[in-house]
Amino acid sequence: MNFKNPLSTLDPLQQYQNLQSRRSFLRYSAMGLGAAVFGSMPTRGSGITSPRGTHFTPKAKRVIFLFMAGAPSQLDLFDYKPDLHKQFNKPLPKSVSMGQRVTAMTKGKDQIVAPSMFKFAPKGQNGIHMCELLPHLSKRVDDLCIIKSTHTDAINHDPAKTIFCTGSQIPGKASLGSWLSYGLGSMNKNLPDFMVLNSAFWTGGTGNVQALYSRLWGSGFLPSKHQGVSLQPEGDPVLFLSNPKGVNRESRKKMLDLVTALNQEHASKLGDPEIQTTIAQQEMAFRMQASVPELTDLSGEPKHVLDLYGPEVEKSGSFARNCLLARRMIERDVRFVQLFHRGWDHHVGLPKKLRGQCYDIDQPAAALIQDLKNRGLLDETLVVFGGEFGRTTYGQGKLARDNYGRDHHPRCFTTWMAGGGIKSGITYGQTDDFSYNVVENPVHVNDFNATILNQLGIDHQRLTFPFLGLEQRLTGVEGAKVVKGIVS
Amino acid sequence: MNPKVNYPILTLLALLLSFPLFKARSAEQKVTFSRDISPVLSKKCFQCHGPDQEHRKADLRLDKPDAEDGPFTNHDGYQSLVPGDLEKSELWYRITTDDEDDIMPPPDSNLETLTNKEKAAFRQWILDGAKYETFWAFEEPKTKNLPPVESDDWGYNAIDRFILERLNQEGLVPSPKADKRTLIRRVSLDLTGLPPTPQDIHSFLEDDSETAYADMVDRLLGSPRYGEHMAKYWLDLVRFADTNGLHHDHYREVTPYRDWVIRSFNDNLGYDDFVRYQVAGDLYDSPTQDQLIASGFNRLHLIIDIGTALPEESFTRNVVDRVTAFGTAFMGLTLQCASCHDHKYDPVTTKDFYQLFAFFNNFDGGPETGGRSGLDFKRGLQKPYIEMPSPHQQSQIDAYNVEIEKLETTLKELAPKEGEEDSISEETKTQQASLKEKLNELKKARDEVRMAVPAALIMKEREEIRPAHILKRGVYDQPGEPVERNTPGFLPPLESTGDVKSRMDLANWVVSPNNPLTARVAVNRFWQQCFGTGLVKTSEDFGAQGERPSHPELLDYLALQFMESGWDVKQLMRAIVLSETYQQSSKITPALRAKDPENRLLARGSRFRMDSEMVRDQILMASGLLNHEMHGKSVKPPQPAKLWEIVAMPSSYPRTYKADEGKKAYRRSVYTFWKRGLPPPQMTIFDAPTREACIARRERTNTPLQALMLMNEPQFFKAATHCAQSLLEQQVPDDRERIDKAFETITSHLPDEKEHQALFQALETFREHYSQNKDAADALTAGFLEDGSSEDDSIELASWTMLAHALLNLDIVKTRQ
Repeated sequence: MNFKNPLSTLDPLQQYQNLQSRRSFLRYSAMGLGAAVFGSMPTRGSGITSPRGTHFTPKAKRVIFLFMAGAPSQLDLFDYKPDLHKQFNKPLPKSVSMGQRVTAMTKGKDQIVAPSMFKFAPKGQNGIHMCELLPHLSKRVDDLCIIKSTHTDAINHDPAKTIFCTGSQIPGKASLGSWLSYGLGSMNKNLPDFMVLNSAFWTGGTGNVQALYSRLWGSGFLPSKHQGVSLQPEGDPVLFLSNPKGVNRESRKKMLDLVTALNQEHASKLGDPEIQTTIAQQEMAFRMQASVPELTDLSGEPKHVLDLYGPEVEKSGSFARNCLLARRMIERDVRFVQLFHRGWDHHVGLPKKLRGQCYDIDQPAAALIQDLKNRGLLDETLVVFGGEFGRTTYGQGKLARDNYGRDHHPRCFTTWMAGGGIKSGITYGQTDDFSYNVVENPVHVNDFNATILNQLGIDHQRLTFPFLGLEQRLTGVEGAKVVKGIVS
Repeated sequence: MNPKVNYPILTLLALLLSFPLFKARSAEQKVTFSRDISPVLSKKCFQCHGPDQEHRKADLRLDKPDAEDGPFTNHDGYQSLVPGDLEKSELWYRITTDDEDDIMPPPDSNLETLTNKEKAAFRQWILDGAKYETFWAFEEPKTKNLPPVESDDWGYNAIDRFILERLNQEGLVPSPKADKRTLIRRVSLDLTGLPPTPQDIHSFLEDDSETAYADMVDRLLGSPRYGEHMAKYWLDLVRFADTNGLHHDHYREVTPYRDWVIRSFNDNLGYDDFVRYQVAGDLYDSPTQDQLIASGFNRLHLIIDIGTALPEESFTRNVVDRVTAFGTAFMGLTLQCASCHDHKYDPVTTKDFYQLFAFFNNFDGGPETGGRSGLDFKRGLQKPYIEMPSPHQQSQIDAYNVEIEKLETTLKELAPKEGEEDSISEETKTQQASLKEKLNELKKARDEVRMAVPAALIMKEREEIRPAHILKRGVYDQPGEPVERNTPGFLPPLESTGDVKSRMDLANWVVSPNNPLTARVAVNRFWQQCFGTGLVKTSEDFGAQGERPSHPELLDYLALQFMESGWDVKQLMRAIVLSETYQQSSKITPALRAKDPENRLLARGSRFRMDSEMVRDQILMASGLLNHEMHGKSVKPPQPAKLWEIVAMPSSYPRTYKADEGKKAYRRSVYTFWKRGLPPPQMTIFDAPTREACIARRERTNTPLQALMLMNEPQFFKAATHCAQSLLEQQVPDDRERIDKAFETITSHLPDEKEHQALFQALETFREHYSQNKDAADALTAGFLEDGSSEDDSIELASWTMLAHALLNLDIVKTRQ
């Protein structure tokens, strides 16, 4: 076993005693930042939680999660069902739907099949069928592992996003990124462990757009230092980053020197190590005032790189810009970057809106993979892509060959992964002829998350935190499993 | 378990028995079931051998000694526990063997095997007779005589006697009393959430009487600021917020509930009534307005707006949320664990859960909020609710109604009779149109008045009782066995006043003197507020997985006293802060830190970072910006632009954050508008919860984002300039004295010589800096100086601003010590 516990060769009682003294030492010296990896118990409330470390050798060091909020249609993008054209305007057989629950929007209504109007063609070395709306990703298909059998428990956006991001439909749990921060600690001294980039705009459908909630990147019951830091497209990229008017770096430094001197004086009188933590965090804040603007300053990016991400990269808050920023964060050893792109909830007028959304994401997502690859970063960076569920094979709203909508569908949807020790150029899992039920290799969203943790060297069953009487974990109590079939 | 004969065990046992490590526990410390055995059973065994019947393995349960499949029953020739006999106790073999097939907990459970310390405890416990005790928190608090006082000068207060007894056992002595400045600052922050003013400090310093401290405490308890501060903790616990929290996350109006909580604490409403009103205020014979408002506790759950979820599912979700809040807030129980399966650790069965569910499922209102139009929607209301117009508002509305009625009558008269619609004259048509226009105007004017009328969401019972069932795996459309209203079997029975057990019966049961949890849980939370950590650290969980109390006898004593006093919260708070324990200095010596790093024994005063509201309110107070206006609709102090837009749905109401201006922006933080989808960053950065779930204690982290906020949050920085300006307006002979004033206003202390020097030098550095950067000085002081002020004025104000700003960023400012 590769569990990095320097104490593991000692006998248990000695370990326990050492742990106690080690922990008091830690409190005393207050080296909360980037503290050495060792298997400490969480010290709830002390402000210092030592990383728990990996359980085995990791394949990946970092993750980028491209979250497509609103749920893209698997049928129109990835899950190619050519025979469905024969079913146009016919009712979905009861043997397929099996009376399973639907949303309030289509409850009691006829379920009439709406085949995809888009063309698919085999791409890459293995001839994987890709949709015409994704020309750039089609070129990168040999880097992708396309999972057609993802499924989830929730049928509505809010709980479905919450379970994908935090492992439970009920708000209040810790998010994936905060678990990683808690479990693995920091890789850098100047930036947060977990950063979030929300698109400020999108092209397809601006009428019915689903909400995001800070809980999706929140820390739940974990200390809040593990929560995602959301980068703002306008104003300060990190909240309250810039100095007030009339304060520059020099006067800020002078002010902090005074604060540190007074804090030190106070610490010498009182002896509380927490004061040292405050001093350390103020220093970190001062460093961030330089490191964050450096991170978001794209003036050093050469034209060929900007071109790779497409024209939208020029606009602050675009998905393209955020992809490029994600790459810059990864280069600076941010552990986990999560992008949220909204606008995928296509109940009506799907074809037009889907075109717009694909314009937003296709080139930038492909560029991100290529850019990481060019820099030798893709091997140790896991890029994942997915929405909160899929969409129904039966239409919603007006149904024509070239115009239709689709309702929420939790029973199957497509996600993909790239890099980070995942097999590439393959598809995984199968759905039935209607893209309604999974027929082979189901992957629950908790399995998906368990696999992400696995690639980072974490056994998802052993990364736990005690709260409300349970050893809480990201992947819930129902026995999630790592998707071994896609791990290279 | 799969018992089998294992001969090598004898050798192993012999080895283990002689192994010195197992004597780690000192002889004088007896092994007790509740402290040493029960937590280990819960953590490492109950997952498969606990209360949850469905997932029980090998038909063995270790939680219930007298059960048929319990530990003392013979299972095919083996018995888990044989009192006094290790060799015959299968459990002992199972926890000590190195056979991978036999060891418990098994490797695939991901539970760690028992530590040597734990094994030693089990060994002793079995040898002592393997006696089970009822779980401490589910037994009534026990009366105990106060421990005798051995010290002459410390510990007159009952609290101190318990603390001192334990300290003596541990070979510790209390710390000296904190100095008077520290004391007034500490107790002001703990009771009112605000620091003392320099005047408060001086009058306390000058008061040499014996009752000086107690008098000051009484003054603080009588301040309206007390209720605002106490309310803050309660609002976390009941997840109070200004939006619905799901899907569109629309606005809802529940501020009358918040104001009622504030008033209740200020008026010192008995905690028993405080609980009763919330659980069942609507069920009094003729409920008062306050009782109805309080029943809105049952409406604080998250709720989805109509159109996406299935109403039956939403309905179930709401009731489960209501029961969860009931369990956490009043009894420190994690009832929700039993909504899908029997509780893994506590004796709460799924049936127990749905029996409680049956008290809360009879709500006479919709399971989802209504459409996006209409006056109710704009007012954030959903039926049932009560309106509370002022007399003036009522007379305005009445007047409009009279006018409206008149117009409507006229219109009716003008309306053509059936079949004569075509013969209507042009003149009448014009008249009708103009009347209709006027009618609309009147209605609009009336609605504008109604918009401002306070209204409160309340609980209301349906006439006919809605049946309840166990929901299989917690799924809304999988009803199982029908259940009646009742309370969990492991707690005292509920006494019913009528044929059907009512929510009022439940409320009375919660606060009945034989309920073992309610008083303990409440007292523990108030203790936590004053010491940073509860006597039971896990203040949200008093079950088997929670922590044991550090001072069980003290907790029981306080709980009993609390009930005897008529659940008098102020009296309890007073007793706590008047104790010598509370008044100790929080200075830490290395020896003390080594002995008790978390300060659970309380040989010193506690020291912890303040909550977000206190951090902000204090800064506003010290700078003189704080607006003390109380109650009313939530306010929106400035926050960075577009935070809501980037997460909200386009039709979320309201979608954009429109900051309040003027004095409204400086109200206390308890009045700040709370959007669950994106709560105010000034609050969440300092660990405030999102108010989506019930939270009994907040985390206290120390992060760079907090440092950035204290450095750059515009309102906080403005406070520094404001503070500097009032310092400069005071007639003070020299810098030295002005530095003293600044230091005292912000930290409640005076600087020592070293601090003085550092401050004076820094002031000179700032003066030099701004003399060389006059534009920066102008930018910094813009809006603060009158026209015609000199350059020197601007440099001076900028320099003093930086000084005040530095002081506001000190560790001591965000820390209560």
